Amino acid sequence: MRISPRYTQAAAVAILGGATFVTLAVLVFIVVFVLVKGLPVVNLDFLLKNPEEMGRAGGIFPCIVGTIVLTLVAIAIALPLGVGTAIYLSEYSVETRFTRIIRFGTDCLAGIPSIIFGLFGFIFFVTTLKMGWGILPGALSLAIMVLPTIIRTSEEAMKAVPWSYREVSCSLGATRWATVLKVVLPNALPGIMTGVMLSVGRSIEETAVVIFTAGQVLQLPTSLFDSVRTMAVHFYILVREGISTENAYGTAAVLIISVLLVNTLSYWMMNRFIARRTK
Amino acid sequence: MKLMKICVLMGISLATLFGGCGRKSTDSITVAGSTAFQPFAEKLAEQFMAKRSDIRIAVQGGGSALGIESVRSGAAQIGMADLVVLPPEARALASVIVARDSIAVIVHPENKVSNLSTTQIRQILNGSIKSWKEAGGNDHPVRVVSRESGSGTRSSFEQIIGDVNLLTDAVIQNSSGTVRETVANDKDTIGYLSHGVLNQKVKIVQVDGVDCTKEEIVAGRYKLVRPVYFLTKGEQSGAMKAFIEYVLSPEGQDTIKKNGLLPVK
Amino acid sequence: MKQIGDKVVKLGLMVIAVSAISSLLLIALFIFKEGVPFMVRLGAGDFLASSDWRPEKGHYGIFPMIVASIWVTLGAMMIGAPLGIAGAVFLSEFVPKSVMRVIKPTIELLVGIPSVVYGFIGVIVLAPWIRLHLGGAGLSILTASVILGVMILPTVMSISIDAFTSVPNSYRDGALALGATRWQAVHMVVLKAARSGMVAGTILGMGRAVGETMAVIMVSGNAVKVPHSALDSVRTLTANIALEMGYATGMHREALFATGVVLFLVIIILNAIAIMAMKKRFAKK
Repeated sequence: MRISPRYTQAAAVAILGGATFVTLAVLVFIVVFVLVKGLPVVNLDFLLKNPEEMGRAGGIFPCIVGTIVLTLVAIAIALPLGVGTAIYLSEYSVETRFTRIIRFGTDCLAGIPSIIFGLFGFIFFVTTLKMGWGILPGALSLAIMVLPTIIRTSEEAMKAVPWSYREVSCSLGATRWATVLKVVLPNALPGIMTGVMLSVGRSIEETAVVIFTAGQVLQLPTSLFDSVRTMAVHFYILVREGISTENAYGTAAVLIISVLLVNTLSYWMMNRFIARRTK
Repeated sequence: MKLMKICVLMGISLATLFGGCGRKSTDSITVAGSTAFQPFAEKLAEQFMAKRSDIRIAVQGGGSALGIESVRSGAAQIGMADLVVLPPEARALASVIVARDSIAVIVHPENKVSNLSTTQIRQILNGSIKSWKEAGGNDHPVRVVSRESGSGTRSSFEQIIGDVNLLTDAVIQNSSGTVRETVANDKDTIGYLSHGVLNQKVKIVQVDGVDCTKEEIVAGRYKLVRPVYFLTKGEQSGAMKAFIEYVLSPEGQDTIKKNGLLPVK
Repeated sequence: MKQIGDKVVKLGLMVIAVSAISSLLLIALFIFKEGVPFMVRLGAGDFLASSDWRPEKGHYGIFPMIVASIWVTLGAMMIGAPLGIAGAVFLSEFVPKSVMRVIKPTIELLVGIPSVVYGFIGVIVLAPWIRLHLGGAGLSILTASVILGVMILPTVMSISIDAFTSVPNSYRDGALALGATRWQAVHMVVLKAARSGMVAGTILGMGRAVGETMAVIMVSGNAVKVPHSALDSVRTLTANIALEMGYATGMHREALFATGVVLFLVIIILNAIAIMAMKKRFAKK
């Protein structure tokens, strides 16, 4: 019995739509849950004051600053390294066994538990290189952790740029690098952006790596070697030592809102960039 | 291109900004180790730094073993360890007791049981008591939540109860806070945790008829107590010595008492 | 002049690529260096097949953990991958582009929520619900799989959406011109064209599922035993490392690094299977 394609399409759309709905429902539930429990605690004081009474009172200002600085430095390290590697793999080298092994290795490293990166960072950067607990060792460890994500997504994005674009550029006399810079990268931007967004999200929320490398000190940093506590770590400590569930929720609420702001801002900037180009 | 340039520029400028600042000319020490004592150390450090603005104290966590290793490697000057018996690696370090912590046995507030003998606790942990009925409660299965195998709280608890062979079905959580949440959300679970973490959502059980209160601990009747050590390498000097002295001073011990732990005396 | 410039750039990029790869290699070497001597000394067979994990007595058997990691990861993939890909298809093929451009960043928001928050919600909301309606201890394989599945959803979905949107419209138009419905165009043409991107997203998601530590510790129960049902409490390889690393010294610590080596091997095997599966489908065409 043959079912009309129209019915299969209707069924498919219903199932797919249902799946999407479930995903969105879960997202809404988690965000609403945390915000409902956390926003009552958040006020201007919470955002601008230092923690008091071991975190039971006061605010989380140093944590906010710590999170911002650590994430910025980590992405500043990982982005050029990751995109550069992706450019090399996709534009400057032939598909050999070597590149396939590199890609395979990168994928595997994406599965290493964060705690191993944390331990590696602790033993290599903090102890052996004698950096101590601080922003730099933390950012380096985070950068290595998100590197596979950036490399993979950037490479996929560049592979998706049609060959014809490159051929046209070459036929106009551009060098390979000029082609990459002016043709491939701008067209691959949305995909690279996805990788960056996923990495920013990961850096903001990562706990195990940060604890072992950037430490947990509740003070404002004055140098790249000062230890900081991020909001995610603060949440973890408040919960694990049972200090204050309300403030924990408050921290989580601030975290979610910051991620939302960062994401929205980045996409807005990117859309403006694309819009300006296609004028 | 543009975005990458912006990121790289930002990173470089941040680096120069911060790197240029460099380290202040203050005496600074790092204290690392027990996560249970970490909040207390932070509070004490905060008060200490208010009095001595020329000393900067950074408190890290990481666990008692990490604290021991950090002191040995020099990454930290003071290590915090809350183990009943210090491991062999710590023997070469100087140790001083700065506080004591008691371990409370907890169940869900709706659990009828209010008192358990040491023998009953041992049997619950070993799995020989399977239903709450055998301990004076409802006919519900007993579920146990314990700590991970290297936890100071767990080794202290098991050493004091004695002869514990934890059943393989026991749920394991890795912090006092999550143990508390697990018990608070399950009517039939029993657990144990550091006294400083208790709240209204769980019910404390008497052990051998003794309450877990300061009076009973000081009198020596409540048995589940363990020390908190500060470990240092070699001679204490300068900032280290000043901080340890502050923690042991009446003001320091008072802070410890006010926030839920026990003073050394 | 242009030639030299281009060569310099190529050299520069090669240096970047090599340093990026070598940092990754460094970590791999680090794990193996700390863990392999232990495995050789103890005997890999004993380590992998024994179910007796009692470090205080010198027993190091991680078989239950291996089984647990595999179950939990598969469970997470069964939830995260279909939902992720289905959602991606819906959002990029059956929904106006403007709507997709709003929903995609909101879903990527999920990535920024700390794993400890997921774990916490799992302990106070999901685990009691499962215990009440399905039985067991609540903290189980099922709970961990659901939480992990939700955690990897945005990764799979985001990257898949990118893969679908980068399929040229000419492919779809061609199919439609031949009389296909939108759905037929999607599942006969677009899905195959976007395969590489979908696989990338799924592999990254799977990597995240295997390597997740914090959330899994809070909701899987961490009991050291081989599971018989999805409602049993289990301990994954990652949980084992994280639970005890903070306290472990000496041989115990080496054993935990050896667990890391096993994890690495499990990941390599899973990835190899995924890639072979992809190759096979291509060959059948």
